Amino acid sequence: MDWQALQVSLLLAALTSAILLPLGLLLARGLAHRQFTGKYLIEALIILPLVLPPTVLGYFLLTAMDQNALMGQWFYQLTGSQLAFSFNGLLLASLIYSLPFAVQPMLRALEQIPYGLREAAWCSGLSRWQTFLKIELPLAWPGIVTGLVLSFCHTLGEFGVVLMIGGNIAGETRTLSIAIYDSVLAFDQQAAQQMSIVLLVIALVTVTLVYRFNRRVIQI
Amino acid sequence: MLTVNLQNELPIPLAVQFSCQPGQLLALVGPSGAGKTSVLRAIAGLLKTQSGHIKCHENLWLDSQQGIDLTPQQRRVGMVFQDYALFPHLSVADNLRLALPEAQKNNHARIDDLLQQVNLHGLASRYPGQLSGGQQQRVALARALARDPQVLLLDEPFSAVDKVTRRKLYLELHSLRRQLAMPIVLVTHDLDEAAMLADEMCVIHQGNSLQQGPVNDVLHRPASVAVARQVDVRNLFAGSLQSSDGKLYLNWHDQRLAVTTTGAFQASDAVHWTLSPSKVLLHQRRRPSQGQQENPLNGIIHDMITLRGITTVLMTIPAADNALLQMDVPEHVVSRNGLQNGEQIGVSLLADAIHLMPHHQQAER
Repeated sequence: MDWQALQVSLLLAALTSAILLPLGLLLARGLAHRQFTGKYLIEALIILPLVLPPTVLGYFLLTAMDQNALMGQWFYQLTGSQLAFSFNGLLLASLIYSLPFAVQPMLRALEQIPYGLREAAWCSGLSRWQTFLKIELPLAWPGIVTGLVLSFCHTLGEFGVVLMIGGNIAGETRTLSIAIYDSVLAFDQQAAQQMSIVLLVIALVTVTLVYRFNRRVIQI
Repeated sequence: MLTVNLQNELPIPLAVQFSCQPGQLLALVGPSGAGKTSVLRAIAGLLKTQSGHIKCHENLWLDSQQGIDLTPQQRRVGMVFQDYALFPHLSVADNLRLALPEAQKNNHARIDDLLQQVNLHGLASRYPGQLSGGQQQRVALARALARDPQVLLLDEPFSAVDKVTRRKLYLELHSLRRQLAMPIVLVTHDLDEAAMLADEMCVIHQGNSLQQGPVNDVLHRPASVAVARQVDVRNLFAGSLQSSDGKLYLNWHDQRLAVTTTGAFQASDAVHWTLSPSKVLLHQRRRPSQGQQENPLNGIIHDMITLRGITTVLMTIPAADNALLQMDVPEHVVSRNGLQNGEQIGVSLLADAIHLMPHHQQAER
């Protein structure tokens, strides 16, 4: 059992979902109940990581993170370290890779709130920000939690993108799913089994909790 | 005093002008899709119009020329939405609390007062999903009042409840509005509802305000054939004016009818005219009276329909090219006089009640 890999995986998943919570909400709020030119393109871009093979996404990200490429260069100048084969690079890739899992449930939840409720809130004197906090956020809460948990679980299990841009550096970029792959290649069935069970249990427990939570919210 | 003047072209054409005094209830009536709800939304600041002017108690809410356009939050309107738009995750008390001014947010007595005002005491801790349609409408009304609004806007507030509840809510609104000092604008497509609740009525058709005035004036003295159509006058005919002995008479086919109010019309003008079915008098066979001298006509009963004690008698007038005339009489009059389909009867058209309008092409129905 590679405890260090578990730690990297949990940290990566926690940071990814924590950053995607405000980012996903912002995107979902900007798209919900609105029509503007280019909306379809933005929606397509958000959903793209879902349909793209992880290796393709990983390849493009790896190219972009190269120190001679614009993004890699910019990051190097800013921080003095490189993006490729680092935890930061992995985090950036996870944010993009898990974005649709965060945005989609949040967007659906916000769009299900009747538009009239927002207008009723404005006519009751609530500002747009207060309307978001007091009306939309509580009503969209199940969708927001779902987005948060799905992006956490999805990051925890990501493999292809991590392998492409993170490599397999212990304590830095070796996640649990990479460690499982390693163990299998090394014929260490016992370690692979243990780690697979850990991931299975985490996934099962979180998803069950989300369903339980959403059921309770909807019953009100 | 609320004054509204709105112009808009696309996507919703509007050319609307009306005013409403404090404490007065103005009904905007017209068919579905006439633009009534859009007008209400524009007053609340939820719909932008190309140009317009809205003033409420010396406060300018909208003036497109000066570039003034206040947000819904700044306008202090109380709005009851057609589907009530209650916040489903908040209790009744919290729905009201949200709309209370900042200084009164924790004033429980105020919330109790509001609930009392709409006969909802004891339901403060319920959620909207646990309330009946009528109760939801009352919560929506209380929430609209919570903000202490300068104008109260009601968008078809009775359309989502059953008929029995509706009658109850009519009575409640009727007594509630005596306590309210702000202008109230009610949107409805139901003329009876407007007649029952409103002081004034403004007819809106295809985005245009056609006529504003006291309810009885608009219903019985429409300014044009278009208004007459919207308020569903049942006797609408074409005729022309003729001068005789210095007096104006109405020529209707071969009949010469006396009229008392001719307004600005002159002899030989082509006109349309209307007469309320309740102003057609039946000549009682056993007891002829003086009234029979007034515009007497003979008709043949074509059909009779009774609703809530009032019988509408449809008759054809042979002397007027078999035009169909409607007369409303109490049900007992029908049975006492033994009226039967196909029978000939004598009636009088009250000269006072004959209302003339400018002639309109293709208006005959």
